[in-house]
Amino acid sequence: MTLELFLFFTLALIALLTAWGMISSKNAVYAALNLVTNFLSVAILYLLLDAPFIALAQVTVYAGAIMVLFLFVIMLLGTETLRAEFDWKKIWFQAALALALLVEGFVMIFQRMGQAAALPINAASVLTNPSEMAKVLFTDYLLPFELTSILLLVAMIGAIVLTKQVKKRSL
Amino acid sequence: METTSGLFFSLVPLIIFAPLAGMLINIFLGQKLGEKGVGLVASLAAGTAFLVAVLQAISLGQHPEGAVVRLADWIHIGQLAIDWTFRVDTLSVTMMLVVSGVGTLIHIYAIGYMHEDVRFKNDIPRYPRFFVFLNFFIIAMLTLVSGNSYMMLFVGWEGVGLASFLLIGFWYDMDTLGRPSFANSNAAKKAFITNRVGDFGFLMAAFMMFWKFGSTDFDLVFAKVAEVAAHEPWVILWMTIFFLVGVVGKSAQIPLYIWLPDAMAGPTPVSALIHAATMVTAGVYLVTRSFPIFSLSHDAQYIVATVGAVTGLFAATIAVGQYDLKKVLAYSTISQLGFMVAGVGMGAYVAGMFHLMTHAFFKALLFLSAGSVILGMERGHHHLPHGDHHEVFDPGDMRNMGGLRKTMPVTFWLYIIGTLALMGLPPFAGFFSKDEILLDASLHFPHVYWILSAAAFLTAFYMGRQIWMVFFGEARHAAAAHAEESPLVMTAPLMVLAALSVVGGFLNFPGLHQFGGWLAHTLGEMEIPEFSFAVAGVSTLLALAAIGLSWALYGRNPLKVGQIDPLKKPLGLLFTGMENKWFVDEGYQLLVIQPYKTLAKFLAQTVDWDFWHEWFHDSVIARGFVGFTRFLADPIDLGLIDRVSYWLSDLVSAASASLGKLQNGFVRSYALSILVGVVAILGYLLLNAK
Amino acid sequence: MIPVTYYLALSAILFTSGALGVLIRRNALVVFMSVELMLNAANLSLVAFSRLHQSFNGQIFVFFIMAVAAAEVAVGLALIVTIFRSKQNIDLDQINSLKG
Repeated sequence: MTLELFLFFTLALIALLTAWGMISSKNAVYAALNLVTNFLSVAILYLLLDAPFIALAQVTVYAGAIMVLFLFVIMLLGTETLRAEFDWKKIWFQAALALALLVEGFVMIFQRMGQAAALPINAASVLTNPSEMAKVLFTDYLLPFELTSILLLVAMIGAIVLTKQVKKRSL
Repeated sequence: METTSGLFFSLVPLIIFAPLAGMLINIFLGQKLGEKGVGLVASLAAGTAFLVAVLQAISLGQHPEGAVVRLADWIHIGQLAIDWTFRVDTLSVTMMLVVSGVGTLIHIYAIGYMHEDVRFKNDIPRYPRFFVFLNFFIIAMLTLVSGNSYMMLFVGWEGVGLASFLLIGFWYDMDTLGRPSFANSNAAKKAFITNRVGDFGFLMAAFMMFWKFGSTDFDLVFAKVAEVAAHEPWVILWMTIFFLVGVVGKSAQIPLYIWLPDAMAGPTPVSALIHAATMVTAGVYLVTRSFPIFSLSHDAQYIVATVGAVTGLFAATIAVGQYDLKKVLAYSTISQLGFMVAGVGMGAYVAGMFHLMTHAFFKALLFLSAGSVILGMERGHHHLPHGDHHEVFDPGDMRNMGGLRKTMPVTFWLYIIGTLALMGLPPFAGFFSKDEILLDASLHFPHVYWILSAAAFLTAFYMGRQIWMVFFGEARHAAAAHAEESPLVMTAPLMVLAALSVVGGFLNFPGLHQFGGWLAHTLGEMEIPEFSFAVAGVSTLLALAAIGLSWALYGRNPLKVGQIDPLKKPLGLLFTGMENKWFVDEGYQLLVIQPYKTLAKFLAQTVDWDFWHEWFHDSVIARGFVGFTRFLADPIDLGLIDRVSYWLSDLVSAASASLGKLQNGFVRSYALSILVGVVAILGYLLLNAK
Repeated sequence: MIPVTYYLALSAILFTSGALGVLIRRNALVVFMSVELMLNAANLSLVAFSRLHQSFNGQIFVFFIMAVAAAEVAVGLALIVTIFRSKQNIDLDQINSLKG
C-alpha cells in the first residue's frame, strides 16, 4: 500500500464520516463543523489529483467563506437544535431511494470506466501549474468568467435586498 | 342562299327586338306612361315589326329565293348545333306580314277596348299589363314563324302558348261577367294543359327528327328526308303523326279543340289576335313548312285532311246551337281551321295558306266587331237605372241583343262585311280561299269535299242566324236598346280589316295566282287546278240557301224575349246536342278527367297516404328508426358509450385528485419526486443504452 | 496510483449522502448544507476527470461551480433569514406556501 493510497483511504474515510455526521447530527452547528471537515479532506484529495488551485479555492471559498456564513446564520437565527428524526419507519423510502441511486452510480462507474480505471502516471503534469490554468481561464473561458462576476454581483445585491429590514410604515 | 348585302334581309332580327323593346318599356315604365302612352308604345312596337316585315317583302320581290340570317349561337352539344337563325322566305314573310299587320291593328283597337274594359272590371292599373302580354305574344309568334329550325319554331310555339295562357287568364280573378270566380283562370289552365298534349307530340316529332336526321334545321332535314323516306318509311309516318298531334293541340282540331271556346274568356282583342287570326294558325304553318315531309306520306296526308274536314263540320254544327256571340265565332274559328288543316293536309298548301290569310282578316274583323258589340251592350247596360245593375247581365248573350243595326251602325256594316267574307260569297276574300280548298278536295279527296261543303253550308247558316239575332228585330234587353257605338280608335282598325276582307281574295285571283307564284319560291311549283265554275257555283248556291234558311227561321219572325230557339222544335235532340257542344266536355270529364282524378285520388290517398305515408313511412321507416334509435340510445349510448366516458372522466378526476396531492407545497416531497425521476432515468439508461 | 474509479466511487457515496440529507432533514439550514455536499461531490468527480484527461476544463468547471455555489449560498441564506423573519421557523415541514 503506497503512501498515496493510504492517504486517499484516510481522507475518504474522514470525508464519509463527516458527511454522515453532518446529515445525522442533531445540532446544526455540529453539522456545519462536520461539513467544514469534509470540505477540508476533499481539498486535500484535490491536491492528490494535481489540482492545487482548486484545492486552495476549496479551502478559502467553501471551508472559509461559505461555512462562516452558515455558522453566522445559524447563530443569528438560533436554530441550532432543531430535532433530527431518524425514525427508519418514516424514512425507509428515502433511504431505499438513496441506496438505489448509489447502486446505479456504482454500476455506472465500474462498468463504464473499464480501461480508464487507473489514473495515468504523469510526473510532469501540466495541471499542477496554476498559471497555465489562468491562461486557459482568461482566454478560452473569458466570457464565462466575466459573467461569473456579474452573477456574484447580482447575488450580493439580491442578498442585501432580501434581508433588508423594511421599515413598517406609520399609519 | 346568297349573302344579304344591300338588302333589307339583315334587318330581320328587328322583327323580334322591336316588340321586345316595347314590352320592356311597358314593363318598367307602364304605370308612369299612362294609358295613351302605353298603347302608343305597344302599337308602335308592333307597327315597327310590321314595317320590318314589309321591308322583307320588298327585298323578296328582288331576291325571291330569300335569306338565312344567323344571329347567335344557342345550343351546341356534340353533333347537335342549334343557332338562333332567322329564315326569310316567301312563306315566313307571309306569316310575318299577317301576324304583325293584323297584330298592329288589334293593338290599336285594344287601346280603346281595354280603356273601357278595365273600367267595367274596376281595375284600371291592370291596363299596361295587357299590352305587355300582347307585345310578348307578337315576339313569340314572330319567333315561331321566323325561326330556321324546328327548335326555334318550338320556342315560339311554347311562347305563344304562354302568351295565350296569360291573356286568357288576364281577368284571372273573375268570370267573363266580372263576378269573383276562378272561371277565367280555369279556362286559361284548360288551354295550357290541352296545349301541353299537343306540345308533347311536337317534341316527340322533334326528337325523332334529331334521332334520324341529326339536326332540326329546315334545310338539313329537308335535304335528307327523301333518303330516310326510301329506307324507313315508318319514320316519316310517325313523325307526321306526332306533328299532327301538335297541330291538333295548337290549331284546335278534333279531339283537342275543346280549349278554344273556353279561351274566349280572354279580352276580345286576345280572341281576335291569338285565338282566331294568328296563334291557332301555327299548326297550319307547321304543316306547310314541313311540306317536304308531309308530301312523302300519303297516309299522313289522308289522316290530316280527314281530321281537318271532320273538325270543320263538327265545329260548325256546334256553332249553330250557341247563344254567346263569341262562342259562335270560336266554333266558327275551329271550323275554319279545319278547312285550313284539310287544305294543307291534302297538299293544297297555297290554298291553305291563302285561307289562313283571308281568315285572319275577316275573323279578326268579326271578333273585334263582336268586341265592339259587347262593349256597346256594356255601355247600354251602364246607362240603365242603378236598380237594374244587380241582375246578372251577360253582354255577350245574343238572346239579350237584337236591333243593334240602329244603335251601332258602323259596327253593323263592318260585321256584315266580315260575315259575307266568312260565308264565302263572291267577291269577298273568303270566297276565293275557301273555293280553292274545296276545288282541291273535289279533285283528290272526294269525301273531304262533301264534308267541307256541308260545313260551308252550316257556316253560312249560323252566321246568318247570328246577324238576324244580333242586328235585326227588336231589342230583347234594355241594354241593347241603349247600346252605343264604339269610338274611332276601335272602329278605324276594323275598317282596314274590312277593306282587306273585301279585296283580300284578289291576292290569289283565279287564273292569275299571284299568291301561288309568290309562295312557289318556297314551296316549289305546284299543280294549279283549273278554276271550276261547278265547284264555285255549288258553294255559292249552298251559302245563299243557308242565308235564306236562316232568314226564314230567324229573320222573318225575330226572336222574342224568353222564346226558345226556333230550331229546337224541328231538330229536337239534335239541337240539344248542338247547344251542349255534343257533350264533348262532359265526355272528357267522364272519360279522361274523372278517371284521372280517381287515379290521382287513389295515388294520393291509397298509394301515397295509406301505403307510403301511413304504412311504409310511419310504420316501417319511422318505427324501425325509432327502434333503431332506441337501441342506439339505451344499450349502445347509455350502456356502452356513456359508461366508457363516465369511466374515463372518473379516471381523469381520480388521477388528477391523486396527482394534486403531489403538489403539497412541501419542498422535500418535490425533491423526493425529482430523485425518483433521476433514479428511474438512470435505471433506464443502464438497462437500455448498451 | 489510485484508480480514478476510487475517486468516482467516493464522489458517488458523498453525493448520495447529500441527497439523503436533503430528503430526511427538516432543518432548512442542514438541507442547504446537504446541497453543498452534493455540489462538492460533483466537484470531486470533475477534478478526477480533469486529471484523467489531463485537461484544465474539469478544473475550470469546478471553479465556476464554486462561484455559483457562493452566489447560491448568499441568496439562499438570505432567503432563509427572510423566511425565518416571517414564520419564526425554518422547519421545512411547516412551510408549504407553495401549495397550489
